[in-house]
Amino acid sequence: MKQHQDTLLYLDGVNVSFDGFRALNALSLVLEKGEMRAVIGPNGAGKTTMMDVITGKTRPDSGRVVFGNSTDLTKLDEPDIAALGIGRKFQKPTVFEPHSVWDNLLLALAGDRRPRFTLWARPQSEERDRIEEILLTARLAEHRHRRAGDLSHGQKQWLEIGMLLAQEPQLLLVDEPVAGMTDSETEQTAELLREINRTRSVVVVEHDMAFVRALGVKVTVLHEGSVLSEGSIDHVSDDPRVIEVYLGR
Amino acid sequence: MSRVSLNLCLLAVLGGAGLLAIGNVAMPEGSAYHVPTYAVSLAGKYLCYAMLAVAVDLVWGFAGILSLGHAAFFALGGYAMGMYLMRQIGTRGVYGNAILPDFMVFLNYKELPWYWHGFDNPAFAIVMVLLVPGVLALVFGWLAFRSRVSGVYLSIITQALTYALLLAFFRNDMGLGGNNGLTDFKDMFGFALQADATRSGLLVATAIFLAVQLLVARYVVTSRFGKVLIAVRDTESRTRFLGYRPEAYKLFVFVLSAVMAGIGGALYVPQIGIINPGEFSPANSIESVIWVAVGGRGTLVGAVIGAVLVNFGKTIFTGALPELWLFALGAMFILVTLLLPGGILGLLSRQGRAPKITPAAEPAE
Amino acid sequence: MNLLRCLLLMLAFMLALAPRQARADDPFAGMGGSFDETKHAIEALALSGDKQAQPAIAALQDGKLFIAADKSLWIKTDAGTLNARTGEAGAAPGGLKPVKKNNAVREAANSALGSLTLFSADRATRAKAAEAVFKSRDPSALPALGRALDKEGDAGVRAIMEQARAAARLAAGETPDADKIAAIATLRARGDLEASSLLAGVTAGSPEVLKAAADAGAAIARVQQLWTLAQGVFYGLSLGSVLLLAAAGLAITFGVMGVINMAHGEMVMLGAYTTFVVQQAVQTYAPGIAGAGLFIAIPMAFLVSGAVGVAIERLLIRFLYGRPLETLLATWGLSLVLQQAVRSLFGASNRDVTTPAWMSGATMWGGLTITYNRLYIIIFAAVVLAALMAALRFTALGLQMRAVTQNRRMAAAMGIRTPWIDALTFGLGSGVAGMAGVALSQIDNVSPNLGQGYIIDSFMVVVFGGVGNLWGTLVSALTLGIANKFLEPLAGAVLAKILVLVLLILFIQRKPRGLFPLKGRAVEA
Repeated sequence: MKQHQDTLLYLDGVNVSFDGFRALNALSLVLEKGEMRAVIGPNGAGKTTMMDVITGKTRPDSGRVVFGNSTDLTKLDEPDIAALGIGRKFQKPTVFEPHSVWDNLLLALAGDRRPRFTLWARPQSEERDRIEEILLTARLAEHRHRRAGDLSHGQKQWLEIGMLLAQEPQLLLVDEPVAGMTDSETEQTAELLREINRTRSVVVVEHDMAFVRALGVKVTVLHEGSVLSEGSIDHVSDDPRVIEVYLGR
Repeated sequence: MSRVSLNLCLLAVLGGAGLLAIGNVAMPEGSAYHVPTYAVSLAGKYLCYAMLAVAVDLVWGFAGILSLGHAAFFALGGYAMGMYLMRQIGTRGVYGNAILPDFMVFLNYKELPWYWHGFDNPAFAIVMVLLVPGVLALVFGWLAFRSRVSGVYLSIITQALTYALLLAFFRNDMGLGGNNGLTDFKDMFGFALQADATRSGLLVATAIFLAVQLLVARYVVTSRFGKVLIAVRDTESRTRFLGYRPEAYKLFVFVLSAVMAGIGGALYVPQIGIINPGEFSPANSIESVIWVAVGGRGTLVGAVIGAVLVNFGKTIFTGALPELWLFALGAMFILVTLLLPGGILGLLSRQGRAPKITPAAEPAE
Repeated sequence: MNLLRCLLLMLAFMLALAPRQARADDPFAGMGGSFDETKHAIEALALSGDKQAQPAIAALQDGKLFIAADKSLWIKTDAGTLNARTGEAGAAPGGLKPVKKNNAVREAANSALGSLTLFSADRATRAKAAEAVFKSRDPSALPALGRALDKEGDAGVRAIMEQARAAARLAAGETPDADKIAAIATLRARGDLEASSLLAGVTAGSPEVLKAAADAGAAIARVQQLWTLAQGVFYGLSLGSVLLLAAAGLAITFGVMGVINMAHGEMVMLGAYTTFVVQQAVQTYAPGIAGAGLFIAIPMAFLVSGAVGVAIERLLIRFLYGRPLETLLATWGLSLVLQQAVRSLFGASNRDVTTPAWMSGATMWGGLTITYNRLYIIIFAAVVLAALMAALRFTALGLQMRAVTQNRRMAAAMGIRTPWIDALTFGLGSGVAGMAGVALSQIDNVSPNLGQGYIIDSFMVVVFGGVGNLWGTLVSALTLGIANKFLEPLAGAVLAKILVLVLLILFIQRKPRGLFPLKGRAVEA
């Protein structure tokens, strides 16, 4: 497969197995710059493992994961990969519960992560402006002083997306962003993701087909650790193999 | 953690130590305001323990590292100070050897072991007080945090560390007095240790060091560094995906805490008059953890309150009902963890989560 | 000097031969005459094979052999007198005088008695006598040995006699070189420390003899090294099985359930005190079965510690699931309470737990010294581990335990009462710790602090082996035991322990999940 100038992420023949169980099976995937991609698939298809491999949580047994022009992600660990500009949102919202919404965003802001910096860091006016901006985008402006642990489930999801924005990543990996959300929250989330996609590439893993349809982007269907089908939502939902996997057997 | 309570605590520590010192030195014996020297030493001991407790709280309360070996850093600081004090004895020892401490003469040492050199110099000794616990913490922490040893595993190996040191210091071949440790000190920086004024001075010095330690600890935990630390404590993997290196944060705070414990130990030895391997015993380290738990974990002030209260209780109990002390201590461990997770401060603030900043303990599912 | 003595003895022997031939029909002749005559008679008797030789010489040695005026010999016993030649009771004639002794006579009697037992009807006595000759290397025993060898039917005893003859021949100055070399070969085959010291004593003689002795000495040294190694392995296994016993219960409570029980050592301690109480009870009420006390103590200790374990789980630990650090602190507190409770009940000093006779002593396996208590503890540890594995694998309770630890909610959905399984699992682990206490009461001081000494080691064993893996615990315990025992001669006992601890700390930092990690499951503390 030839690599284009505008390829952002490129997975090539990635294999991962746990104790004999093949979680990823020669998985290959190409993501363009500025693209939003939805990844769907039944339980155990390897969606979360794929995220783990991209963010450095899991090292693949074989295969390459190339970011940007030539950076091999399989050689790096989580903080290095985060510093390159890959952000991740977990399935279960994980925010820093004892901290205020403001502090959560402050910690996520792009900047020097080393102890020797944070030990002496003073709040800067541009940091303040950026946080205000994100608070507006994430619809959390009036909650800025609340303890993150006290937020509602949906608010936590948004805070986490806000934190991802604060990181200013090139690529966002979002794991089931609308799980447990109300319909209106789901709609708002889709809007939020589209807004983010104006400046960044996004990979969304989701179960909710209505939500995926609402996003209106290219869809990759994973099954047993490799790509089963790829294309528009209408294309994949007409694919007989996809139908078999979801409905058959 | 509230700023007010910490300031109150500083005031109480400094004021209390100052009053005791004045009562001891300035008031004539027989006066109602006279403070006996043993009370001054006892207060000094409590404050040293408070320094150890604050050090434990810094790593346990704010970084989630439950170290069961912190007394080892305390003891190492103590030994470094003890070695200086030994060298100050000079010819006043039983054997009158100008170079070799008594136990070395007794064990037929011909010359001073290499690692004893330099300890006659107070500046060198002070550097060692900081360096020895610091370097041990640096090496140990670097290995442990880099390979992501955490939780109870870390607790168990810190306990093994202090146990190994306990065994090592018991050996006569270690050249540090073996079983008996270092004792019979005469003077420190030129002041006679038996003098009341020196005792009172040491108490005040300990109070000042504790106050500085509290201020440093407060700065660290309220800085952006401290916010990252708390984030690491509660959701370590999340901080990693944000680009932070938890191991660097833990290592820094672990070393800082070890140095603080070492200073506490160095102040402890001249006031108690002896340092022996028993200080390394795993039980001591765990006891220091319960001081923090009793006072209120993650509050700094709670550590001081817990250390002073529990040790005061220990003094009373072991004097009056020695058999009951272990029952009381054991019961304290159980009751505090079961019923009083916020400690005394948590109880006082009458809020669920109070000033304490603990991870949300989720039920096992 | 030794040589001179040997020569003199040989000479005496030569002299003894002449009268023996002259009076072959009567080995008793001369007894009770001059010291010299008595001595010759003793030596003749010793070689005669006469069944009365032994009692007669023994009686002489005890001062109970008398000579009558008519030169007949009598042995005085409490019951009366016996004819020394026939052993039959009878009335002695008048004029009984004790047979006189000097040092030479006493010596002759001594060595005669030694060689006489070579002819004993009892196999063990003959073997013992041969071994005695081997140790004394007395060349004067050579003729007797030769005759004994001719008559000996038992291969084992023959071998010892051969060795004894080889030792005596080597010690005797005038043995021909060929015999000496043959003797060296025999000693080489024996191959123990005594043989090697005998060989080292060969300093005079022809170059061939010296070379043979040196070669044999080196060969024995090599073999001895292997035995030393094997002995080290045995001590290591013994220490390893102590560690295994102490850690096996923890492998259940910590390894399988994930509960940090710092009072685990106190469960062991309770087991040891149960042993003490059971022994006291047995001695008081059934002294006849005192030796079997331990067998009663084993189930009792299991029940006592197990019951305490169930109580701890129900009253304390279940409130702390999912909070490992709090569990650690609370159970540490509990350990202090238990220690003090036992101290208040039984006193602070060590209690005496007696070791039954069948557990004391030692036996030799080749060059190995096997002490029975260590051997039984190794066996006991193996049995406990096997029983534990079988219980987990084949019983309904074991099945439910595994189900609960693997998927608690699913197990609950299947109708398993998970709280009770938790309690019983914890009770099982504690009960096993109690059984360990029975074994430890045999080798350690039974005091309230008994458990404290094992808690750190036990945790290290479980973590090193890989949490949740009983086989890992086994390998880990034995490895640590053997490593410790092999470091001991190099570094001393305390330093060896420190080294093992430091190595363990380093190992856990390299592989936090132990030797045999469970894969596939997120084990994040």
